[in-house]
Amino acid sequence: LIPAEIAGRVRTRFPDAVVARGEVTVVVAREELLDALAFVREDPDLQLDFLSSVTATDHPGVTPRFWVVYELKSVAHRHRLRVKVGLADDDARLPSVVAMFPTANWHERETWDFYGIAFDGHPDLTRILLPDDWDGFPLRKTEELGGVNTRFHGAFIPPVDTRTT
Amino acid sequence: VSDVAGTPQAVAPDEGDLRQETMIINMGPQHPSTHGVLRLLLELDGEQVIGCKPIVGYLHTGIEKNTEYRTWMQGVTYVTRADYLSPFFNELAYCLAVERLLGIEAPPRAQVIRVLFNELNRISSHLVWLATSGLELGAVSVMLYGFREREVLMEIFEAVTGLRMNHAYIRIGGVIMDIDEPGIDKIWDFLRVMPGRIDEFESILDTNPIWVERNRGVGRLSAADALAFGVTGPPLRAAGVAMDVRKDEPYSGYETYDFDVITRQDADAYARYSIRLDEMRESMKIVSQCLDRLKEPGPVMVEDPKVAWPAKLSVGPDGIGNDPAYIRHIMEESMEALIHHFKMVTEGVSVPAGEVYQPVESPRGELGMYVVSDGEHRPYRVKIRDPSFANLQAIPIMVEGGLVADGIAAIASLDPVMGGVDR
Repeated sequence: LIPAEIAGRVRTRFPDAVVARGEVTVVVAREELLDALAFVREDPDLQLDFLSSVTATDHPGVTPRFWVVYELKSVAHRHRLRVKVGLADDDARLPSVVAMFPTANWHERETWDFYGIAFDGHPDLTRILLPDDWDGFPLRKTEELGGVNTRFHGAFIPPVDTRTT
Repeated sequence: VSDVAGTPQAVAPDEGDLRQETMIINMGPQHPSTHGVLRLLLELDGEQVIGCKPIVGYLHTGIEKNTEYRTWMQGVTYVTRADYLSPFFNELAYCLAVERLLGIEAPPRAQVIRVLFNELNRISSHLVWLATSGLELGAVSVMLYGFREREVLMEIFEAVTGLRMNHAYIRIGGVIMDIDEPGIDKIWDFLRVMPGRIDEFESILDTNPIWVERNRGVGRLSAADALAFGVTGPPLRAAGVAMDVRKDEPYSGYETYDFDVITRQDADAYARYSIRLDEMRESMKIVSQCLDRLKEPGPVMVEDPKVAWPAKLSVGPDGIGNDPAYIRHIMEESMEALIHHFKMVTEGVSVPAGEVYQPVESPRGELGMYVVSDGEHRPYRVKIRDPSFANLQAIPIMVEGGLVADGIAAIASLDPVMGGVDR
């Protein structure tokens, strides 16, 4: 299907679908997420059965603050769809899709690791790329880019941006 | 071992009692056969793997966060370092994404050069795979051959881009400089030599009973499992699924090149090996088509001065650098040119607000860049969907139930690159 047809098909159930730059994006509520993914997966015209990636963006001071983004592809039809869910600052959690897409396991862990967004029902929601004892969620816009004390030859070296020559 | 009161307790079981417990060992993160800093937590019953948990993150460098603090153009130099064996693919995916946000397209000659270097990069990446996998399975001579051939490609990359790795050669709006005649001649020389070399690898390995025994039927991953775990690239095509972004969602004019998507049905490590050899042959087909098209001269960067990198570059004895004639122009002749140069270098292009997901077919599968702009001079978000990251999740189902030694062959056949996994 071409993007406009995909959007039309998705709109029959989830009205908030738009086409931009040749890509279809549908925005659904958190409660509708599992339904929406099941619908676009089972629909014979869509068959979006391959999950490429899960990630998020952070917009502090705006509601919703977080957008969780699912990139889907159809193996049979070779087209794509993006599903987005907006989350409030004080309630950054949504259902895990690992049962439907096993590949979401690590992607959701990464999103938790980077943004502190919790995925309910995830089998092992732990940090994946950062150390287990890391403080904070580094890809949030409220976290500054900056170094950490680095242990080197028994002493701690301060980060580059706070070092004086 | 002692309890809290300090009383010694028996450690060994009674004599004649068979020990039934399993052993949990760490393989990695520093281990010669884990392809970098991959750590595997293995539960073993003798030689048999009954549980496996991959642990990643040892090479995390915060590339995605860093791009948010740099200009759009500087982003190229960050993403190219993610999967360090396929730098041109990272650059291309990022630049295509940004170009789609800008609503521009690179000139035809630049697109041909992009395809040319992507396919040469695919060959060099597969050669590193062949070399390291050979080493892991004990075929040391293949390691030496693989790196010898890759060295030829490294020299081509260095001659054209000034660098062996992390080139930042593909830029927003085109490529940073044109490829010259000596560079093209080097690639022709490579094309003359390489087909025979691939035949040679094949004849060495296919007649080696150890190589064949250690790969055939090892690390099976069915098409359904591969898709469920998000596995793409040669491991997926080895299970008979002809999924290739170059054919499914063509970019940079891939629809105009004549090449085949290689598939196998056996879904084992041997099928992945044989796919990679054939993919190198297909890549050479594309490379020679590119060289034919390069006879047509033309610009390699968009005309728009608000997008194009202002400096003219040239390759000198110490790598790529500003062209002396250009330096003379901005320093001595034109104040306007100097102001423009300063503005483009410090602030750069501003990209209209929006979001795109741009996939390309890297040597390891679908490499995607999800790029978000809020209309500023810096990316708002750059997410790298690295194929190795998704592919690694399939390791447990590939190695559980098999022997430790087969696990090595299975992991090698996935070709994970930890720079891309951990980013």
